[in-house]
Amino acid sequence: MDLTHAPGVADFRAEARAWLAEHVPGSPLPSLETAEGFAAHRAWEAALHADRWSAVSWPAEYGGRGVDIERWLVFEEEYWAAGAPGRVAQNGISLLAPTLFDHGTPEQRARVLPPMASGEVIWAQAWSEPEAGSDLASLRSRAVRTGGGWLLSGQKTWSSRAAFADRAFGIFRSDPGAAKAHQGLTYLMFDLRAPGVTVRPIGRLDGKPAFAELFLDEVFVPDEDVIGEPGQGWRIAMSTTGNERGLTLRSPGRFLAAAERLRALWRSAADPRDTALRDRVADAVVGARAYELFTWAAASRFAAGMPIGAESSLNKVFWSEYDIALHETALDLLGPDAELAQGAWAEPWIFSLAGPIYAGTNEIQRDIIAERLLGLPKGRR
Amino acid sequence: MRFLPSAEQSEFARTLHGLLGVSEVPAAVRAWGAGDHGPGRALWSRLARTGLFALAADEAYGGVGPLPVELALGFVELGRAGVPGPVVETAAAAVLLSELARPGAEGEEGGAEDAGDAGPAKRFLPGLAAGEALATLTLPGGGPYALDADAATYCFTVSAAGELRLAGGGPGVPLGSTDPARRLSRPAPDGELLAAGPRVLAAAETALGWARLLTAAQCLGVGEALLASTVAYVKQRTQFAVPIGSFQAVKHRLADTLLALEFARPLVWAAALGLAPREVAAAKLAAGGAAYASAMTALQLHGAVGYTEELDLSLWLRKARPLRDAWGSPSQCRAAVLRGAP
Repeated sequence: MDLTHAPGVADFRAEARAWLAEHVPGSPLPSLETAEGFAAHRAWEAALHADRWSAVSWPAEYGGRGVDIERWLVFEEEYWAAGAPGRVAQNGISLLAPTLFDHGTPEQRARVLPPMASGEVIWAQAWSEPEAGSDLASLRSRAVRTGGGWLLSGQKTWSSRAAFADRAFGIFRSDPGAAKAHQGLTYLMFDLRAPGVTVRPIGRLDGKPAFAELFLDEVFVPDEDVIGEPGQGWRIAMSTTGNERGLTLRSPGRFLAAAERLRALWRSAADPRDTALRDRVADAVVGARAYELFTWAAASRFAAGMPIGAESSLNKVFWSEYDIALHETALDLLGPDAELAQGAWAEPWIFSLAGPIYAGTNEIQRDIIAERLLGLPKGRR
Repeated sequence: MRFLPSAEQSEFARTLHGLLGVSEVPAAVRAWGAGDHGPGRALWSRLARTGLFALAADEAYGGVGPLPVELALGFVELGRAGVPGPVVETAAAAVLLSELARPGAEGEEGGAEDAGDAGPAKRFLPGLAAGEALATLTLPGGGPYALDADAATYCFTVSAAGELRLAGGGPGVPLGSTDPARRLSRPAPDGELLAAGPRVLAAAETALGWARLLTAAQCLGVGEALLASTVAYVKQRTQFAVPIGSFQAVKHRLADTLLALEFARPLVWAAALGLAPREVAAAKLAAGGAAYASAMTALQLHGAVGYTEELDLSLWLRKARPLRDAWGSPSQCRAAVLRGAP
């Protein structure tokens, strides 16, 4: 057992740190949930890509550096410690790209990944529907066969980034006669500006259009934009939720950096006699370290060829609840300034509140933990 | 980077697990609580034959250590099995004596090369490493009570002034603990002076770190045992014609218990790798909290039968809270996590 990095990792870290020190914007970009901020974040993706930092774990042919998971985690540590902007390309890079690596064709990878890496094409996800949230397999949006492709119709919702994004990916019902709900679904990519697509932005709690509803009316999708076999969409979508995605959805570097900022805020702003606040700061510091170490252990198992399955549900519940507790502690340290919308902690706090809801609600995750990790019997939800 | 136990480390833990599984530990715990140390001492001898106690002692005095990772993995198994007695304290005493004997760097004390004080190590360590002797101790920064002094061969005390003594005058009448298998007493302040000075205080600080680490590891095992018992129970306990483990309220509480344990485990590993005070404090905070939460979950989900002494579950339930606080309460550990931080 060890926590020492392989030879060469220190050089990689130094290279990343030097690049970030030179390129990270001196002042924060406008919120990426605004038109202006979205454009600024897209430009940042291009800057990252120009020196091959936007998707370091991808093969070089798609714009990456082909680094292993250890170096990817180190890059993330440096990235967030440098105070670099949030990643507007995250949905594509952490959800669609792993799916294409596992199930896409070489042609799809060559066509889709480079513009994803450069920020030229920003992807939104299109999973949920008004009547299909946690029970995703009950979705109703249809994909109907037509000459050379499919026609998509129906409604998707809570589509993150869709207000300003270029394309989207999701699963659609292609065989309404299939015996079970999760059969007869097909995984497709489509253009958000194609004829038949209507995007209605939805304001989240602070009013910013962080997600959108998508109305689809016979939207044509060519066969080349189907991922995997038609009818296998559920299996394809689920296969990437249980592997390294559990590790890459939220990197520890993000929380290590946030805990460090919280500790600095506590040092500068807190009454040292307030041990209740001190305890919460200590818990945030311990939580970030626990998450980091849990991830190193999982990465070690992954590197040793052991599968990462339902334990990614432990990971998701932990970071999402941790993130809220950390931001709430920061707000308490700020006192009356906590309420100011332009404060450094306000928008991240609003963002953190969605964590237990998206990417599989924490209630569903706890069901998965209980049933798959503890072996408890399935019951009525 | 391979942040996982090696094959040898896992094998050692499995050996202990197998040994403890056939050792009728609950009966030994009950006897121990009633003042009969015989079955517990027999268990101790079997554990010593795996080399467990030698892991804490220096090679020069009959040990094979210090090997904190192996020891921590072993103590998870002791916690899981509910082993009674001053296991943490014996290991911490071995660390204390080994540290005291270690030659210090030049200038560490008074400018001259420090040869270390090997007298106490020569006298006590071989017996502790071989499992022939049990030790308990009190240290500056720890609590005032010695655990199981009535069963221990030696009771060491280190005063705030840096005097290491072999407490004399017998253990006295044990004070009752909420866990009958933990027998507490206040050591006599006098006794034979074994060593004194800043080196003793430095060695005591190191020993305290090990005690905190090994208690954290023990907590992890206690929590895992409580979770495993409770998962088994809710699968077979039927109400409303279905196993209660199919109810979401029950499932989610157990999921949270597993979550706390799984995020405490890597903290314990990392603490064992470097024994950095902040890492050890984080591990103790997380593992102690997870073990106690696991106990409360176990109690609630077993219902009334969980509240009985008769059920062996009580042996772990009663241990969780004192272990959460021993060798570093949550408040002490949180303060240590932030101490010296920028």
